[in-house]
Amino acid sequence: MQLRGRKHVATVGGAVAVALLAACSSSSSSSSSSGATSAPAATSASGSAAAASGKLDGAGSTFQLTFQQAAISAFKSVNSGATVNYDGVGSGSGRADLYAGTVNYAGSDSTIPTTEESKLNGKKVLYFPILIGPIDMAYNLSGVSNLKLSPKVIADIFQAKITTWNDPAIAAINPGVKLPSTPITLAVRSDSSGTTQNFSLFLEDAAPSDWTLGSSSTIKWPSTARAASGNGGVAQVVKSTPGAIGYVDYSTAKASGLTGASIENKAGQFVAPSTTAASTDAAGATVAPDLTFHAVWASSDPGAYPITYQTWDIVYATQPNANDVALLKAYLGFLLGSQGQALLGPLNYAQLPSNIDSQAVAQLSQITS
Amino acid sequence: MSMTARADSAIPAESASPLTRRRPFGDRSFQVLCLAAGLLVLIILALIAISMTQQSATWFTTEGWSGVFSTDWDPAHNAFGALPFIYGTLVTAAIAIIIAFPVSIGISLLLTEVVPRRFARPIVYVIDLLAVVPSVVWGLWGILVLAPWLQGIYQSIASGLNGVPVLSTFFGGQGVSGASFFTAGLILAVMITPIVTSLSREVIATVPAIDREGAYALGATRWEMIRGAVWPHSQAGVVGAVLLGLGRAMGETIAAALVIGSSATITTHLFNPGYSMPAVIANEFGEATVGVFRAALIGMGVLLFVITIIINLSARAIVDRSARRSRGA
Repeated sequence: MQLRGRKHVATVGGAVAVALLAACSSSSSSSSSSGATSAPAATSASGSAAAASGKLDGAGSTFQLTFQQAAISAFKSVNSGATVNYDGVGSGSGRADLYAGTVNYAGSDSTIPTTEESKLNGKKVLYFPILIGPIDMAYNLSGVSNLKLSPKVIADIFQAKITTWNDPAIAAINPGVKLPSTPITLAVRSDSSGTTQNFSLFLEDAAPSDWTLGSSSTIKWPSTARAASGNGGVAQVVKSTPGAIGYVDYSTAKASGLTGASIENKAGQFVAPSTTAASTDAAGATVAPDLTFHAVWASSDPGAYPITYQTWDIVYATQPNANDVALLKAYLGFLLGSQGQALLGPLNYAQLPSNIDSQAVAQLSQITS
Repeated sequence: MSMTARADSAIPAESASPLTRRRPFGDRSFQVLCLAAGLLVLIILALIAISMTQQSATWFTTEGWSGVFSTDWDPAHNAFGALPFIYGTLVTAAIAIIIAFPVSIGISLLLTEVVPRRFARPIVYVIDLLAVVPSVVWGLWGILVLAPWLQGIYQSIASGLNGVPVLSTFFGGQGVSGASFFTAGLILAVMITPIVTSLSREVIATVPAIDREGAYALGATRWEMIRGAVWPHSQAGVVGAVLLGLGRAMGETIAAALVIGSSATITTHLFNPGYSMPAVIANEFGEATVGVFRAALIGMGVLLFVITIIINLSARAIVDRSARRSRGA
């Protein structure tokens, strides 16, 4: 009886385990084509987006999330047969999903790091920049409405080397402004973020001898910094704490009613954050042939706002089936075209400079099956 | 299986009776189904543990044991030490237990000894409602309402304790913030109180009336009766309930992530911001680059998984032992 019992357990357990493993492995092999659709290939004239149909999945950066949501519904009204989904899980997770083959395109605020290149398994990827946005240095200082900051001063503030508002370094670039002796409270991100990554990259590029904390989506801020979740959280800390300063993306700062400081750019001018100044800055960026570039601290134009960043949609150059190719070309073409870019202004994003936009549109032809 | 053997032991092995040869089809298939269900859970747990350990392997191999347990968490410079988070998890769980234990025992004793039965039931409903409130709601309330209110209180306590030898190491210090170890511990305490209360109440209710009445008959006051008749009987069960609450407090993610302050530092000052394992995983997983960073976060998940399983298993064992003992009594 005992023996029969043990054999019993073994056979049932083995059957359960085999069933589970079979289910896991079959789902992982089908996931590489999970983005594909079974609809027949539509007429893929690159100009006519009206013929596109099927399903596209994207995931990644939360910076482009608001734009993606607006563009998806606008695209659907032009192409009723097409369904596009975008999941704002963060740039890192979006790229991981692209490597795993569970999405068709990944939204990412930074290029694929060298540590991740092995995950591509030699496959070529195409970068499509889709929008630009400024990062505000939002501050809460009663009586001061037009604060000017330079990259060196910002680096020292965010490393807690400057701790009060009436420090001589800040007073030197704000002549005639009465600065209070309030201590500076830093507002930073508790979650990792592309905004943090590009802000720290700006400090690395613009104040290399002063900034020691490196550039990453998570920074080891001074222990006195107040961390909050998301751009909205940081905006809230700044708004509710007198003497606070934090880095918030432009659209969130505007929505929260926060003022951003004017930042000194490469030409020595102090420029206030705005979408036009951001586009001016991005136009000065050195764009590599694969359309990667850094918009932070890019332009020597006197009207450029230096803390500006970009985001890409990353796709594999070779797609598994022809309908994916047609739908990707249609959707990305929509984002880059006049209809898509026109959605950016009301959402407080900046449009791509025309030279970058035309290069991106030309790159669409490199998506093949 | 062994039960089958026991049931059939009365009948000799070589007997030709149909009872030993073939059990009805319904019985056999039911047995297989139940077996499969039980094994499914175990196998899924094992698969989770194995796949997560595999994915976090690069963290252990790249950093080594000294790197994994170092105090430096700096992804920008490839430092992935987990010690600040382990410290934060243990500290917030300890604060939660220290606050929740007396409160929960007090409520259970109130419900079993003091309050008349018809009032006890509505109070039980209200306590159970606390358990139903979603974790994220606690976190939002904590960060929007509780933390700003507590900040002023912490600051006055910290400045008042300036210079006092032992107390100022825990409740003093610069840099006190509403979002801190203590606030996180407080919110966790509120979240685990319903579990600990309902389990303790059940255990305390199993104390036989005879023991209680005997104590009263010998002239004990109510407190002496509780200490002498109720407590010895139910202490193992209550300890088990507290351990289960501890397991929940260690794993609580969103509420802790929102109110703990997100600062990876090890400090004895409980009013300063800190960090815990579930909080860092929730905050940083979205943007973590594939590689050692991601492996480190998954590895912390594995550590947390192991610690929580150990605590839950020991809680179960203690509760079972106490239940068996009370049934035997």
